[in-house]
Amino acid sequence: MSTPPPRPAGAALLDLVARVGAWSIDNLRGLGHNAFFMVELLRALPAAFGRFHLVVVQLYAIGVRSMVIIAASGLTVGFVLGLQGYYTLSRFGAAESLGLLVALSLVRELGPVVTALLFAGRAGTSLTAEIGLMKAGEQLAAMELMAVDPRRRVLAPRFVAGVIAMPLLAAIFSAVGIFGGYVVGVLMLGIDVGQFWGQMQEGVDVWRDVGNGIVKSMVFGVACTFVALYQGYESQATPEGVARATTRTVVISSLAVLLLDFVLTAMMFSTPR
Amino acid sequence: MADDFIHVDDVSFGYEAGRPILSEVSARFQRGKVTAIMGGSGCGKTTLLRLIAGAYAADRGRIVFDGEVVDARDKAQLFRLRRRLGMLFQFGALFTDLSVFDNVAFPLREQSNLPESMIRDIVLMKLNAVGLRGAAGLRIAEVSGGMMRRIALARAIALDPELILYDEPFAGLDPISMGVIANLIRRLNDATGATSLIVSHDVHECFLICDQAYLISNGRIVAHGTPDELRASAEPEVRQFINGEPDGPVRFHYPAAPIEQELGVRR
Repeated sequence: MSTPPPRPAGAALLDLVARVGAWSIDNLRGLGHNAFFMVELLRALPAAFGRFHLVVVQLYAIGVRSMVIIAASGLTVGFVLGLQGYYTLSRFGAAESLGLLVALSLVRELGPVVTALLFAGRAGTSLTAEIGLMKAGEQLAAMELMAVDPRRRVLAPRFVAGVIAMPLLAAIFSAVGIFGGYVVGVLMLGIDVGQFWGQMQEGVDVWRDVGNGIVKSMVFGVACTFVALYQGYESQATPEGVARATTRTVVISSLAVLLLDFVLTAMMFSTPR
Repeated sequence: MADDFIHVDDVSFGYEAGRPILSEVSARFQRGKVTAIMGGSGCGKTTLLRLIAGAYAADRGRIVFDGEVVDARDKAQLFRLRRRLGMLFQFGALFTDLSVFDNVAFPLREQSNLPESMIRDIVLMKLNAVGLRGAAGLRIAEVSGGMMRRIALARAIALDPELILYDEPFAGLDPISMGVIANLIRRLNDATGATSLIVSHDVHECFLICDQAYLISNGRIVAHGTPDELRASAEPEVRQFINGEPDGPVRFHYPAAPIEQELGVRR
């Protein structure tokens, strides 16, 4: 057995530099690929608007079918906000402001963010798996050979549906959440019903709070749907490949939503009223 | 030659650099004929079919589609040429979210402006041709493998293509379904006057229905001719393939070091 020749000094450092370089190049290439994919998807969008019935089918699949989990989650989050808000506010004798606290928390932050996280888990994974399996079953290749562009026929309607569905789901989440806060605060803990709704009406601004919340969830809609479609379309056409792509959809979407939320919040709410 | 619909001219191709799948392949596929491309698994026959359909660009050589050189980078040309061809995929590649009827109607709805009433009539006629008019309302999950292949065939011929590509049309089918598909391929070809290319390793079924056959081994064309000519061939590779002999010019063993050396045994 011959022993390998001794490595020259500094080889480990060179290895490290090479690995970091390779990692950077891989990631840059990935980003470029994402950008190209986005441009091609955007170019395919007019086709989706031209055949809106395809979008409606997808709105049902990823929007309507996500409503139960969104509404159920909204209700429980509303309950918890009611309880926690009451506990904190009553220490300062401001329990009547519970309605305002619940509404602002939901429309500004929790509605868009939690909806997007649930959307990534419920609708994003189903989009990725569906498209990945279409690829594995050669359905996308068959489409191309029939001179039909899968980006226009398969991806664009799903993208439009995702971007439309997200703000609507977030609105449902917030509305049900506020109802949950009402149930806990007014019906169970005995806060004055007039105060609950009155303070909310007084303190929530349509543009600054509700409008910005809607903008947030539209951005999340773009991000989550794009990630799900990209991962599905670029997945390896094997069972392991689709499984990995589905996992990546949840991880990347969730991180993107949290990061984007910070950036958007900083942009929208950093200036005092 | 005027009656060549597809002309493959000295084509070489590999998915990765340094690992060629096809080497200097030349072939002519005559208009209105059924031509089989045969060879063992992994010999490059499906790759040749995909090169003809423009799914990949050849590394060298050219493919001429009815007098027009195929350029896989020219999307407009590809989409134009692909409207003239139908392809039957190995496992059907049917759209699982659509019904049998909607699968066959798919190319008509996407590529034509025909009214829905006419699409309905065409789809029912195509399904009738493959014997599945009664299954029009079923979902894809409800049909058998043999039926799937026939539905995919009805979809491939929905637009009456001039060229029909069949990728392993007999793979994984029971003997009855195999006979049905073989019969359909020949009948549809004769009825529509299309040019058919069949990629398969099923010697018996192919020889029953094809006019010409090419035999590919290790990415090269090793023989071609009519089924009778190939049956009479004395070439060892042709004989091994047609008779299904396990060892011969195509080795049973993947290249490896001698087994004695691998196991550490001395002779």
